[in-house]
Amino acid sequence: MLGSQLFRVSRVGIYLPIAEMSVNMVILLAMGGAVGFLSGMFGVGGGFLITPLLIFYNVPPAIAVATGANQVIASSFSGALAHFKRGTLDVKLGCVLLAGGIVGSSLGVTVFAYLRSLGQLDLIVSLLYVAFLGSVGGLMMVESLNAIRRARGGNRISLKKPGQHNWVHRLPLKMRFRASKIFVSVIPVLALGAIIGFLASIMGVGGGFIMVPALIYLLKVPTNVVIGTSLFQIIFVAAFTTVMHSTANQTVDVVLAFLLMVGGVAGAQYGARVGQKLRGEQLRALLAALVLAVALRLAFDLFVEPESLYSLGDIAA
Amino acid sequence: MTMQRAAAVLLLILLAPAQSFAQIREGERIEIGLSTDRVSITSDFAGANLTIFGALDNADPLISRQGRYDIIVVLEGPPQVVVVRKKSRVLGMWINTQSVAFQDVPASYSVAMTRAPQDITDAENYKRLALRPGNIHLKPLNPDGEPRTIQEFTAALRARKEAVGLYVELVGGVQFLSQNLFRATLKLAPNVSVGTHKARAFLFRNGVFVQETSAALTIRKAGLEQRIFDFAHQQSLLYGIAAVLLAILTGWLGRMVFKKD
Repeated sequence: MLGSQLFRVSRVGIYLPIAEMSVNMVILLAMGGAVGFLSGMFGVGGGFLITPLLIFYNVPPAIAVATGANQVIASSFSGALAHFKRGTLDVKLGCVLLAGGIVGSSLGVTVFAYLRSLGQLDLIVSLLYVAFLGSVGGLMMVESLNAIRRARGGNRISLKKPGQHNWVHRLPLKMRFRASKIFVSVIPVLALGAIIGFLASIMGVGGGFIMVPALIYLLKVPTNVVIGTSLFQIIFVAAFTTVMHSTANQTVDVVLAFLLMVGGVAGAQYGARVGQKLRGEQLRALLAALVLAVALRLAFDLFVEPESLYSLGDIAA
Repeated sequence: MTMQRAAAVLLLILLAPAQSFAQIREGERIEIGLSTDRVSITSDFAGANLTIFGALDNADPLISRQGRYDIIVVLEGPPQVVVVRKKSRVLGMWINTQSVAFQDVPASYSVAMTRAPQDITDAENYKRLALRPGNIHLKPLNPDGEPRTIQEFTAALRARKEAVGLYVELVGGVQFLSQNLFRATLKLAPNVSVGTHKARAFLFRNGVFVQETSAALTIRKAGLEQRIFDFAHQQSLLYGIAAVLLAILTGWLGRMVFKKD
């Protein structure tokens, strides 16, 4: 008798057609759910969490970046809808940010290709992550802890203090954003959008973790409006990134993205509800802690001697 | 000249009976067969056990009874180009600084054998047959590199492949079912490479290599998985747009399902 037979090992595994590997479905759904919960709570797309998580789970980095962008669209769209219904989304502000964002993204994709041709792209991306997450997280943590301390002291101080204007408010071409209750020049708004679009396409994220603090501290937009507006803008940046990666590298895995989305969308709904119950400064302190934790994890990989000095890769990477 | 020719003819005549005698004695033949030459990876694929059945023809019953026949079955993945990178410390950071590319590196290499390798034959034989992970021929893409560096990176390549379970040995993975029939069990990893894999079986008698046989096995994606892959590669713009629409639809449906407030 000559022959061969195949026996299935497990049924929770699912095969990813683009990543060409089998993964555990339950783990991916849970991963998507956890990130979705945080993204709904803080108004960040979760790209800066999902991409490192996928890489820790042995998904090739190029696929993790592109697929992360794809999954971010779903949770941002779902979150933005919730904020739109509640009236905590400034469509006008979001559109101006987006106009800048598209310009920045296009530039970023070109720089991305250039860095890749030089080699060491992974290193630059890691350094950017550590630098941006570290400084944004650190600043937010200091500010929000001060705010909490002041609130405990009895006198409630809102971030938006009437009469207190910074240099941003002295620029020309002013525009009124009613939902955000601000009257500012479009120049810093466009520039902010462009910078975030640029970084987003290099780092493979939506940019919410930079957008949220920048809107709060630089443009003095109220925290509750910031989250919806940031999500609104992230939808488009992530969609642009997804299409770019798909055409340039064919690294978007829809099966992987779909699993993460299903978990993420469910998580985002609960996250948004918890976010509503927390006070602004508490929310900011928690987001700061999360951002700092990711920065530390990445710095750890960069500075601590790896278990094996050698790694295997293909010729293109 | 004629003397030499005559000597050669004489030598042939002398050798001929010995050769035919050897053919009668060493007439064992090994055969393996695969009931399917294709394995399809479906969406629920999570690795699999591949069982290969084989037969030993003209086996000497005495040697069979003494258990002096040994079989080694190897399943070798498709050849690939692999870059081995080495990190070193630069300004306190661990950065990839050196790399060596290798060609025709088997994506996977899994070995099943009847007994512990040292009990089958000696290291010299394994080396000659390029058998076992330590003896796979690994050729650098650029052969002009410094020999010591190439040696270091070759060892690292083997060690990494072994660490992730792509180069494995399974002692006892081949079992005799009767005097003539045997069964080999090999593991296909969850991240098994698609492409043509080669199954090879080696027969040893009393520690001496007798014969080798091989069969091809194609591992490929099943219908839907293959279609998604083709769509992504052939119509990448449309695929990207479809991925975005799928995400928006999922987000919207999720909102509908969970809408309570």
